[in-house]
Amino acid sequence: MENVKIVLPDINNLNQWDVYLSSGGFEGAKKAFSKTSDEIIDIVKKSGLRGRGGAAFLTGLKWSFMPKTTDKPKYLCVNGDESEPGSFKDRQIFEYNPFQLIEGIIITCYAIGAKVAYLYIRGEYHKWINLMQKALDETYAKGYVGDKMKAVFGTDFSCDIFIHKGAGAYICGEESSLMNSIEGKRPYPRVKPPFPAQNGLWGNPTTINNVETITNVPAIINKGWEWYSAIGAQKHPGTLLFGLSGHVNKPGVYELPTGILLTDLINNFGGGVPGGKKIKCVIPGGSSMPPLRGDKLEGVKMDAESLKEAGSAIGTGGVIVMDEDTNLAKVLARITKFYYHESCGQCTPCREGTGWMLKTLNRIIRGEATSPDLDLLINVASNIEGNTVCALGDAAAWPVKFMIERFRDEFEKYVKSSVVIPVPNKVHSMRKTAVPLEGIRK
Amino acid sequence: MTNNKFLKSMSFKFTEENLKRIEQARKKYPTSLAAVMDTIYIAQEQNKYVTHEVMQEIANVLNVDPVDVLGVVHFYTMYFSKPMGKYHIQVCTNVSCMLRGAYEIWDKVKDKLGIDNLGVTKDGKFSLEEVECMGACGYAPMISVNGNYYENLTKEKVIEILDSLQ
Ligand SMILES: Cc1cc2nc3c(=O)[nH]c(=O)nc-3n(C[C@H](O)[C@H](O)[C@H](O)COP(=O)(O)O)c2cc1C
Ligand code: SF4
Ligand code: FES
Repeated sequence: MENVKIVLPDINNLNQWDVYLSSGGFEGAKKAFSKTSDEIIDIVKKSGLRGRGGAAFLTGLKWSFMPKTTDKPKYLCVNGDESEPGSFKDRQIFEYNPFQLIEGIIITCYAIGAKVAYLYIRGEYHKWINLMQKALDETYAKGYVGDKMKAVFGTDFSCDIFIHKGAGAYICGEESSLMNSIEGKRPYPRVKPPFPAQNGLWGNPTTINNVETITNVPAIINKGWEWYSAIGAQKHPGTLLFGLSGHVNKPGVYELPTGILLTDLINNFGGGVPGGKKIKCVIPGGSSMPPLRGDKLEGVKMDAESLKEAGSAIGTGGVIVMDEDTNLAKVLARITKFYYHESCGQCTPCREGTGWMLKTLNRIIRGEATSPDLDLLINVASNIEGNTVCALGDAAAWPVKFMIERFRDEFEKYVKSSVVIPVPNKVHSMRKTAVPLEGIRK
Repeated sequence: MTNNKFLKSMSFKFTEENLKRIEQARKKYPTSLAAVMDTIYIAQEQNKYVTHEVMQEIANVLNVDPVDVLGVVHFYTMYFSKPMGKYHIQVCTNVSCMLRGAYEIWDKVKDKLGIDNLGVTKDGKFSLEEVECMGACGYAPMISVNGNYYENLTKEKVIEILDSLQ
């Protein structure tokens, strides 16, 4: 089971049409069209496939929310915004296995009854957008998608796939922001309910799934749910594209069964920490997820349920490793700066809270903070959490809250070494000082 | 918006070829507003940056409200409202890159070019931008030059890359 690969198989030139076809490409789609859409949803449900975009939601269940009878057009959005710090997995699919993604989109469209799918790719991915467009053009030319697919697959179903290019905004990965972005509106997240399955793109029933989620689908249909559900962790089966970054000797993307030990991932696959240093902290699922202490990694498994038990979440599977010499205040400030920059500004707790947290963290770095500032940070974070329109608020709050709670000893050291000069009245004290004003303004 | 000023000098027009590309983009969507992002990209390609005048022309071509175009242009980081350098250098300093020395790379590039974030060199050759995670975390540190990624960098390699740009 160790080397089972579903999303990125070890086949050379799989991104070429002929190679993909001769490696069993489009067998899943062919099988799909011999079944009803309900049967496909049922297979995906039984397979236990869960979303790879962050929340690990059950994919089959999500599809079943789509209304069966409706006069409205239905849509599929495939989320390739991939902007979560620590995540760089979807680009591997665009580059090395684009046709399996396309096949997955076709099967999903058929299952949910969508005639149009939008593949949203972040704007910075010029290279990968071009690769994906090339693969898509080729699939059209071969008649496997679009009107001609009816003849190729012997079905009366057809669908179209379009690429939508983002323009640099992390928030567009949030599903309702993504839909507003596609509609050409200012991409503010929408208040839910209504949920996308009822009221999505242009008010029509819509399903949103991550690129990696969809790329699993052809294999599940082709080889059966029994095969898939037996791989990896029982409640979160299959493989994951783990992205290893930070202080490891061999960073990169590793496709491995879910449930693998985090320490195995770092030490055996990632080659351990440079210089044989100890690990201080690991963020196991992209920068939004609660960080884990380096001395509490023994036995932690990489699947949704196990990580929840360990006090974190699987997120996008982006594992960020920090060695013993890392200054966590600087790391946390940098992460917070990101959320401050990416907050869309719609909700006050997120817009203002991220700014306050950043200012306080910068104070720690400058050596001007005191111990109560740590409580202030946790307080601000707790006031963001759960009080916002979208989950970016939580994503900003969690790292702050959990990092300070779990590394309180460390943070106390940062603030204790601070020199605090009691300045009751700033203006007054400035008048007395010998430093010229320009120096202070700077 | 200084309305009068830009209405007087409405000189930006899409080329025939670009109008065709916009028509192509519109076909992907049931509304013309949805083609606005593609259209802004096309405009930026032609004009190098997006002015109010350009936004007005986008609104005309798509038959949408110019304010809607403005709202979209201002939201995203990849649309520029001033001319950037011939080579636009982006340095990711987010967490995974930072752990592998991204700020040293940033300082090196800043010193070498003598400009700060979103600055442009006097000769217009280079512009610089500190960016958030580019999806290259496992190949950190990285820079991007006009959208092309250079990964697994060292300070020396960065200087080599900058020197090779003519
Ligand atoms: C701030 C924010 C950013 C997100 N970014 C992404 C992203 O880049 N890619 C992605 O697939 N999901 C992202 N998500 C999750 C999506 O909203 C959505 O849950 C996901 O695409 C659903 O796909 P899945 O069920 O296949 O996981 C983000 C969520 C939030 C709150
Ligand atoms: S939580 Fe933040 S990013 Fe999400 S809608 Fe509110 S302000 Fe915007
Ligand atoms: S953190 Fe720099 S590319 Fe992700």
